[in-house]
Amino acid sequence: MLFSETTSSGQFFGLVPWIVFAPIIGLLINIFAPYLVRWLNQTFKTELVWSETATGLVASLAAGATFVIATLQLISLGQHHEGAIIPVAEWIHVGPLALDWNFRVDSLSTTMMLVVSGVGTLIHIYAIGYMHEDVRFKNDVGRYNRFFVFLNLFIAAMMILVSGDSYLMLFVGWEGVGLASFLLIGFWYDMDTLGRPSWANSNAAKKAFITNRVGDFGFLIAGFLIFSYMGSFQFDTVFAAAPELAHAHPEILLLITVFMLIGVAGKSAQIPLYVWLPDAMAGPTPVSALIHAATMVTAGVYLVTRSAPIFSLSHDAQYIVATVGAVTALFAATIAVGQYDIKKVLAYSTISQLGFMVAAVGMGAYVAGMFHLVTHAFFKALLFLSAGSVILGLERGHHHLAHGHHADHAEVFDPGDMRNMGGLRKQMPVTFWVYMIGTLALAGIFPFAGFWSKDEILLDASRHFPHVYWILTAAAFLTAFYMGRQVWMVFFGEARHEAAAHAQESPLIVTIPLMILAALSALGGFMNLPFAGFHNFAHWLEHTLGEIEVLGLDFAVAGISTLLALVASAFSWFLYLRKPLTSGQPDPLKKPLGLLFVGMENKWFIDEAYQHFILNAYANLSKFLAQTIDWDFWHEWFHNSVIAKNFVGLTRFLADPVDLGVVDNLSKVLADWVQETSQTLREMQTGYVRHYALSVLVGVVAILGYLLLVSR
Amino acid sequence: MIPVTYYIIFSAVLFSLGTLGVLIRRNSLVIFMSIELMLNAANLSFVAFSRIHESFSGQIFVFFIMAVAAAEVAVGLALIVTIYRSRHTIDIDGMSSLKG
Repeated sequence: MLFSETTSSGQFFGLVPWIVFAPIIGLLINIFAPYLVRWLNQTFKTELVWSETATGLVASLAAGATFVIATLQLISLGQHHEGAIIPVAEWIHVGPLALDWNFRVDSLSTTMMLVVSGVGTLIHIYAIGYMHEDVRFKNDVGRYNRFFVFLNLFIAAMMILVSGDSYLMLFVGWEGVGLASFLLIGFWYDMDTLGRPSWANSNAAKKAFITNRVGDFGFLIAGFLIFSYMGSFQFDTVFAAAPELAHAHPEILLLITVFMLIGVAGKSAQIPLYVWLPDAMAGPTPVSALIHAATMVTAGVYLVTRSAPIFSLSHDAQYIVATVGAVTALFAATIAVGQYDIKKVLAYSTISQLGFMVAAVGMGAYVAGMFHLVTHAFFKALLFLSAGSVILGLERGHHHLAHGHHADHAEVFDPGDMRNMGGLRKQMPVTFWVYMIGTLALAGIFPFAGFWSKDEILLDASRHFPHVYWILTAAAFLTAFYMGRQVWMVFFGEARHEAAAHAQESPLIVTIPLMILAALSALGGFMNLPFAGFHNFAHWLEHTLGEIEVLGLDFAVAGISTLLALVASAFSWFLYLRKPLTSGQPDPLKKPLGLLFVGMENKWFIDEAYQHFILNAYANLSKFLAQTIDWDFWHEWFHNSVIAKNFVGLTRFLADPVDLGVVDNLSKVLADWVQETSQTLREMQTGYVRHYALSVLVGVVAILGYLLLVSR
Repeated sequence: MIPVTYYIIFSAVLFSLGTLGVLIRRNSLVIFMSIELMLNAANLSFVAFSRIHESFSGQIFVFFIMAVAAAEVAVGLALIVTIYRSRHTIDIDGMSSLKG
């Protein structure tokens, strides 16, 4: 079955299960190979080593294999637009529920497969170099190996998510990527960014996992509602039943979409569940790029697009989703302006861009949303990986200083803090140029990828949801501003720290994936140009989503967004580069914005607010339940006072008056009577034989007398 | 021919004498002899009835009783010898250790 058809018409659909098996094989090899090597060494006295290179190669080949298979699906789909459903195994057959492990190949799932495997493969290769350079690596090959096992695990889970043919299979992948995300955020679980002992990273991992639990709860409720009202988890069956449900119970349909939105908010970091994503930057940079920017966090967008037939039926649902996305986009953008950590800026930018996508799919602009998802995967992966390269460069500079003539090594140096950077374009030219391309793409400057996709979202919003359009335009302005601020602070001006002055460019294994991603970020927009005849991506997705409204280029919308982006960039230049920042200088925005900037800087105190209103309230509730309800009420009062005390009283009563008084006396009276009687009777036993003989005689006479006289 | 009533009366007198002997006398050997007297009183009645009814079953009974009496005497005398060895008396009133 799995190898079966590569028939004459070029169908590669049968290969699709290998998109999951390939990374699983990769991770199994990486798990067991070190043991095998050790066994070989002990048995045959060889001196083999399962090296970093082998680990990285196996993992990257596994990821590369998924990309090849995804490409083959693309080729097959080119001839068979309708796609295919490839059954692999029976899964759950209980009562009316018949659920099989089916893979679904259509243009939507294949798009996701290509993005995940393509970007994933590049990031695997990048990680070979990055993880080796990480200051915390310290030649711990076992941990290096574990990192790639987790990465392959993530690819496998993500592939299940995007290729599943039912909501339940999607949920399996959904939880799987959550697990991989947890494992990778907490990868350096016992140390902070500098390798000092700390639980910050494992706390960040827990925060991500638990916040996602809240979202998963929403997803599960939505799934249960779908099953109870439409009788299936399978996509086609559910979508066929949806219009009838919309007619009979529109409120249930709205409920399904709202609970699904909670799931989306968890996984795709939307208000109010976005708080885990900035903390997730505790993970190694390739993880931030792969999981927390390019792929996993877009699972929510994929879910809404996949459920398009449900969302399209309810205008209220669309309105809610679009508004949540738009507000998230603006809110996160304001926070990004006030951050100093290079990765935190990108993290909030990711939340903001995810807001764009969610708003787009919420409005029903599924093509625009998916288009932005793809281009964002390119340029945000590029930006994160470049940021990783910058961090490595600074670490190298710092290392150089520590081993040079500068002896004072006591100061705490954060290689991710933009206030320590400056002027890096001279030391790290490759990183600088790819970073510029990523920035231009993100800021939406013509003709880079982000311009086309963001513009499509804005255009659709201006037609259907004006309030979303205004919010998103403001967010786009801030996007260009914070990216300008970041570039000026990192790459221009003068070095504000000696480490930055001595930074060194990263090796080729790190920069080559960057260059490939830069090319994709520059050219990615051309797969869906807003001119007649060039809507390739839209027509591609039409095979899955049905008829799609294709919009042309609106010069007003495109012009306004480009103009705003340029104004924002110029404004950021005016603030941050006209007089380059010096070491220790406060942010130039601090003075004019005052309290507003304090809010941005501190993420609007949302974490603190959650801590105070939710976590503390929850802790107080648990304390109340534990101390007052459980201990004082149940243990002290109910158990001890009511049950135990009454029981003791009852047993005392039963023991003393009842048992001792009644039962014992009764038996004593009986015993006394028996004793008295027997005392009397024993006197008859004289011991004289003649007495016994006499009584025998009397007895015989009595019996004979009776027989002769009475019974006659 | 002597009427059977005489035999019966004689038998009853013998039986009563034997019973009195058992109840009154203290010497174990005498008690034994009294028991023999009672048995033989019974034998006498059997024989008398046997003669009246012209049947031999009464006489057969008598033979059985004699055999049993002989056996009884053998056992009884052995008991008395054993008791005498331990107590040096055969006074029946001395043997009251089972009294209550």
